[in-house]
Amino acid sequence: MHILIIGNGISGITAARHIRKSSDHRITVISGETDYFFSRTALMYVYMGHLTFEQTQPYENGFWEKNRIELRNAWVESVDAGGKSVRLQGGETLEFDKLILATGSRPNKFGWPGQDLEGVQGLYSKQDLENLEVCAPDNRTCKRAVIVGGGLIGIELAEMLRTRDIPVTFLVREASFWDGVLPSGDSAMVNEHIREHHIDLRLDTNLKEIIPDDRGKARAVVTDKGETIPCNLVGLTAGVTPNIGFLEGSGIETDKGVLVNRFLETSRPDIYAIGDCAQQRDPIGRRRPVEAVWYTGRMMGEVVARTLCGDRREYCPSHWFNSAKFLDIEYQTYGWVSSDQNKIPGERHFHWRHPRQKVCITLAYEAGNRQFLGINTFGIRMKHEAFDTWLTESRTVDEVVHRLEDACFDPEFYRSHQPQIRAAFEKHQTVNA
Amino acid sequence: MSLAGGPPKALNTSQRLAVLLGFSGLFILLLATFGSSFPHTAAWLTASLGAIGLGIVWFSRAAYSGHGAGIKNDGVWFKSISGRGIWAWGLGILLTGFYIVLYFYPEYLGLVADGPNRGLISFFDPLSRALSGNPASQWFVYGTLYTLAILAFGIKFIWKYRHNRYEILRTLSVMFFQLAFAFIIPEIMARLNGDLPYYDLKNIWPLNYYNFERYRINGFINAGDIGLSMLLFGIASTLVITPVLTYFYGKRWYCSWVCGCGGLAETAGDSFRHLSDKSLFAWKVERWVVHSVLVFVVLMTTAVIYSYLGPDNSKYWLSRGQFLLGVASLLTAVFAWVMVFRRKELKKDARYGAIGYFVIIAGLLAFHLLSDSRHVFLFRSETLRTTYSFLIGSIFSGVIGTGFYPIFGSRVWCRFGCPMAAILGLQQRLFSRFRITTNGGQCISCGNCSAYCEMGIDVRAYAQKGENIVRASCVGCGICSAVCPRGVLKLENGPRKGRINPREVLLGNDVDLMNLLNEK
Repeated sequence: MHILIIGNGISGITAARHIRKSSDHRITVISGETDYFFSRTALMYVYMGHLTFEQTQPYENGFWEKNRIELRNAWVESVDAGGKSVRLQGGETLEFDKLILATGSRPNKFGWPGQDLEGVQGLYSKQDLENLEVCAPDNRTCKRAVIVGGGLIGIELAEMLRTRDIPVTFLVREASFWDGVLPSGDSAMVNEHIREHHIDLRLDTNLKEIIPDDRGKARAVVTDKGETIPCNLVGLTAGVTPNIGFLEGSGIETDKGVLVNRFLETSRPDIYAIGDCAQQRDPIGRRRPVEAVWYTGRMMGEVVARTLCGDRREYCPSHWFNSAKFLDIEYQTYGWVSSDQNKIPGERHFHWRHPRQKVCITLAYEAGNRQFLGINTFGIRMKHEAFDTWLTESRTVDEVVHRLEDACFDPEFYRSHQPQIRAAFEKHQTVNA
Repeated sequence: MSLAGGPPKALNTSQRLAVLLGFSGLFILLLATFGSSFPHTAAWLTASLGAIGLGIVWFSRAAYSGHGAGIKNDGVWFKSISGRGIWAWGLGILLTGFYIVLYFYPEYLGLVADGPNRGLISFFDPLSRALSGNPASQWFVYGTLYTLAILAFGIKFIWKYRHNRYEILRTLSVMFFQLAFAFIIPEIMARLNGDLPYYDLKNIWPLNYYNFERYRINGFINAGDIGLSMLLFGIASTLVITPVLTYFYGKRWYCSWVCGCGGLAETAGDSFRHLSDKSLFAWKVERWVVHSVLVFVVLMTTAVIYSYLGPDNSKYWLSRGQFLLGVASLLTAVFAWVMVFRRKELKKDARYGAIGYFVIIAGLLAFHLLSDSRHVFLFRSETLRTTYSFLIGSIFSGVIGTGFYPIFGSRVWCRFGCPMAAILGLQQRLFSRFRITTNGGQCISCGNCSAYCEMGIDVRAYAQKGENIVRASCVGCGICSAVCPRGVLKLENGPRKGRINPREVLLGNDVDLMNLLNEK
């Protein structure tokens, strides 16, 4: 059996590795982006000089041949679902018995005037990184950059540019950074930290248009506040959207992404979709139908591999978790902590913030039965396993606060914040009783 | 990918002035080396060492104090000195040259065979006389500069990792052990009791491969109770103290908290830690080379001791026969214990262990059958000793180990050459509570942990599988955990059960799937 995988990101590669572990199927992975799998989340560290690009590749180049995973550097032009073949740019066709679509995302563009000018880009692919080296190699070439969109990629791009002393203006549509996801206390601390890093954060500000110079390069942006900000680079980081343009006319049913059932099967037989490009027909729990997250991509890869090795399985992820790093502040989340405007009925929050350091947590719980719903931690490392267990066991928030020390994953000799957290929690309870 | 751009890698003004200050201190040393005589030597020596130390500390302040606490690896690969650029090669050649002169041509430093020293060595006389009462030797000069490097770059390291208490405490520890145990205490002991051999108590056999040579044993014995207790301490360090501490804390208690070689690597070598080779090939070479050195040092030491022991036990408590039998029994006991209790963990490594064991036993047997009082196994034991001293003690640990910091990274010696690290590594792999735990499914495979591992361990390979890192070579520096952007790694001591935990599927996915694939 020949299994063809389009996309060599974490989803496609995880699927390939797991299929190889439990079968002898022929596996081919196609990617036009790079020859070898690399960690997309590490691209920023290449620009920052922490890593070489080769160091973002988790496996040595010989790994693929040794494990009989064939790699093809090519772009797929179209998929013939009925004829079970794909057509590559240049005309070659490849046949398959099973096809896995793992083509990831591309940066959102919302029809802004000037969005396709030279010097305007997202930050997703290796090509984006190469473009960035051309447009913003240093602060002589790029005298100012404007970043549009206050999410995880936006803040990463800001951090990257600051390591080359490039002045950055950061336009964020929301009233506070990422406040569609983070509760206000957490979000406020990140705002402060962004400004500490000398990033010109403009909250509640939208991009209106990007103005070209006479050679068609971005010269400035105009905001909805009527301000014109001269710049040499515009980073578009207002989220991502599934990268599925090549599926048009293939007969595979799509919406925002490739529509899949819980078995990650598309509307056409023997074709599966995983990772960022897949869209669940029925959302799982409180998860979004399209989950553009490293971890979920990996999990879908693990699941689809089982299915293709003869053990047909549903995608049943355990409790939600995620992580990020906002400049110097590590962020982890386990379970669900809603932003202020998205709270579910009965959801209460307890927020604690260190008086001096950039450290805080927010715990979400259900007011009635006091069930623990989730936690956000900033500047404190917590154990995934502990929270996964507590969420499964439906522990109360009181138990969780009491046992927080057991979940601490900070390095040895770090000072514990637990006594202050517990004291603050008890005070919070009496105030709110 | 080519980097067309020019990211900021130039030094700021304060850093330039600091470099100037440091180099002015070095310049004074250079003048002394070439025979310039200084009036008030003590004052000039103080000025020189002070300028070097202050220059480094000032440089660190200029580099780190203006920025918030956090990881400071911006531009590491772009800078010439830390990215194998022209400055790195220049520094490498300079350091290598220094070691060659130090080991093989000390006369250029001012060593005079019969008479008072000149040049650089005599420049250090005031400090040496203040400590031990004796004039300086080339080793005193080296020791002073070495200690200065650990102290000054230690301050730099603490500044760089000031958000991380593990790193701060560990660095204070190596600074203390270098200053007190390697530098001051032996000099003061020499002042108090001139018969005692120079003894850095933290320098344990087999790193200290010459500890049981005849002149030292005689020195210990002749110095009375204090000498005898030092000899016993030396033996206990290897046989008792080391295994016990390694059981509880892993080899880090020594390699990154106490050891002088480790101390230099962690402080002065910190800017080069990412240069270590992470390939599987390098790992293979490492295992063969470092364990071969271990076998070599065991045979060499046994031969050296054997050569001066008498046919009976009148002089050194043990006769030759008793000594060989003792060594063989100890090795057999350890080997048998490993094979009985740890064979499953070792898999095919057990075979290599067995090869090593039988090489040594065969060697011992050969000693006994083919040796007379001066020849051991057809070689003179002295030849064996000088070969080891030249190849391992000088070339490997000094010239390559430190000289090539800017090219191969800071732990080349510790990883490929140090027999002490090899023993501690075996203990750590087989009988220790230490491991680096990974945090569920949080790894994003970014590769910072592997890149900044000075021992060349591909940490990510384990972390991305949710598997604990239990590796013989890990010195527990804690940097993988520090640089991890997602809080995935933690150095821990804990129960041995579940310490090695191969995984197929990571936490966060379907519970049934995890159970199915991970339990088999």
